[in-house]
Amino acid sequence: MEFIKFKNVEKTYKNGVNAVYDMNLDIKKGEFVFIIGASGSGKSTLIKMLYREEKPTSGEIYVGGVNVAKVKNNKVYKLRRKIGIVFQDYKLLPKLTVYENVAFALEIYGLPTDEVKRKVLKALDLVGLKSRTKSYPDQLSGGEQQRVAIARAIVNSPKLLICDEPTGNLDPDTSLEVMKVIEKINDLGTTIVMATHDREMVDKMKKRVVLLDNGKLIKDYEKGSYSNYESN
Amino acid sequence: MRREVIVIMRAIRIFLRNIRDGFKSVGRNLSLSIASISCITITLLIVGIALVVSYNVENVTKLVKEDFTIVAFIDVNATKEDIENLQNTIKDYSNVESVEHQTNKQIAEEMRKTSSELASIIDSWSDDTNPLYDTLLIKVKNTENISKTATKIENLEFINKVKYGQGMVEDLLVIFKVLEKAMLIAMIALVLVTLFLITNTIKITIFSRKREIEIMRLVGASNFSIKQPFVIEGLCLGFLGSLIPIASILYGYSALYNHFNGQFFSPFFKLVSAEPFIYIASLALLILGVVVGMFGSYRAVRKYLKI
Repeated sequence: MEFIKFKNVEKTYKNGVNAVYDMNLDIKKGEFVFIIGASGSGKSTLIKMLYREEKPTSGEIYVGGVNVAKVKNNKVYKLRRKIGIVFQDYKLLPKLTVYENVAFALEIYGLPTDEVKRKVLKALDLVGLKSRTKSYPDQLSGGEQQRVAIARAIVNSPKLLICDEPTGNLDPDTSLEVMKVIEKINDLGTTIVMATHDREMVDKMKKRVVLLDNGKLIKDYEKGSYSNYESN
Repeated sequence: MRREVIVIMRAIRIFLRNIRDGFKSVGRNLSLSIASISCITITLLIVGIALVVSYNVENVTKLVKEDFTIVAFIDVNATKEDIENLQNTIKDYSNVESVEHQTNKQIAEEMRKTSSELASIIDSWSDDTNPLYDTLLIKVKNTENISKTATKIENLEFINKVKYGQGMVEDLLVIFKVLEKAMLIAMIALVLVTLFLITNTIKITIFSRKREIEIMRLVGASNFSIKQPFVIEGLCLGFLGSLIPIASILYGYSALYNHFNGQFFSPFFKLVSAEPFIYIASLALLILGVVVGMFGSYRAVRKYLKI
């Protein structure tokens, strides 16, 4: 049973740019998938459609049985609560502490304070930042900030973690650290969809790789790497 | 049943947290909060002053209007009975508030008091040689129809002449009407400007927190729960902004009233007494500040939500 299913998805922006077309893609529960491709290949659009920041022009996108394309604007939050999202620029609130940044994602549900505390500390422990709860984002390194963002994304135990260039701003060593954290989350059963440019990382991880070019899915390799495509 | 309890508990927790966050935000964005608060303070101060002025002007016009009187001079041939009949007829007119009969003796007595020269002349009169007429003093309900009522009275038998300040009264009425309209327009304009200014200041405050709203949306906050803390923050700003204007009205107006002994330079301009006016005005300013603050925040956040 597919957890994520793209069926004949096409996306044309209002300015006429055809970002994605004829997209068919299945992702199983618990899979770890890299989406790669040059800038403008449609990676970001594909990712944005997954969390319903963008709507497909035509076609269907199922996430856990829900047709995301049909979710209304004022109901989007219900979908967002079921998925975690990590960005290149972390998107942390600078005026909140590490703890508050993560707790924020739970407090909007109205969970009791002790439950919030337990879950936040568990998530921060998982990303290895339990000792930094009282720090503010600008007191942390880039890698640490990204780990806080990951903790916020997974604190609600989502079935799906979407990562849009999570290591784009980080040096190779730090990237690896962050990647290990994400892999650990994947091992715990969360499905991961990650758009990236990081060729070294993709080669090292030996996960499923989907290559996009000009809005089209070109190649789909189990346990692939960047070099697979270069040789073709 | 238990499920419902859980849902209600959650809603309460979300609400309480939003109140907490709303208050926290005022402090966290201190410089912008101060900008908003001072904007609210200044505009509400102006509104407060306008309130004092317009309320007092209205009060003065009302007092002047109440003083408008028709004086009807009664023919010397009228008997006591005739006068009584006249009084009753006039009293039945729909626009007549009250009718008072003044005999020429009473009038002479009053005139005597005004100056000593007059007094010596009047003292030389006897009851038979008193050249004054008996009069009826008539107060009307609606001053705008005073001339109509006066004409009606003038046409009655035994009425010699009617005086109500013809010409001047009409002019005054026109002036008052213009004044009232101008006050109303100024008041509405002022409230609109207040609304516009405060809404825009808060909009700028919130614009700088576009990112915050974006992140809230990304982690799954519903539109309602995104709006709530901002609206509460707006409430706080409005409340804090209205404190100085309210204090100014409460203490400033009382001091002004006491300083002038309740009248503005001449007894003609009677000031509205401080109580309960200052409390009503303060309440109006508080409500205006709080409502405009909340409304401004609401409008500003809405802009950044996809609804």
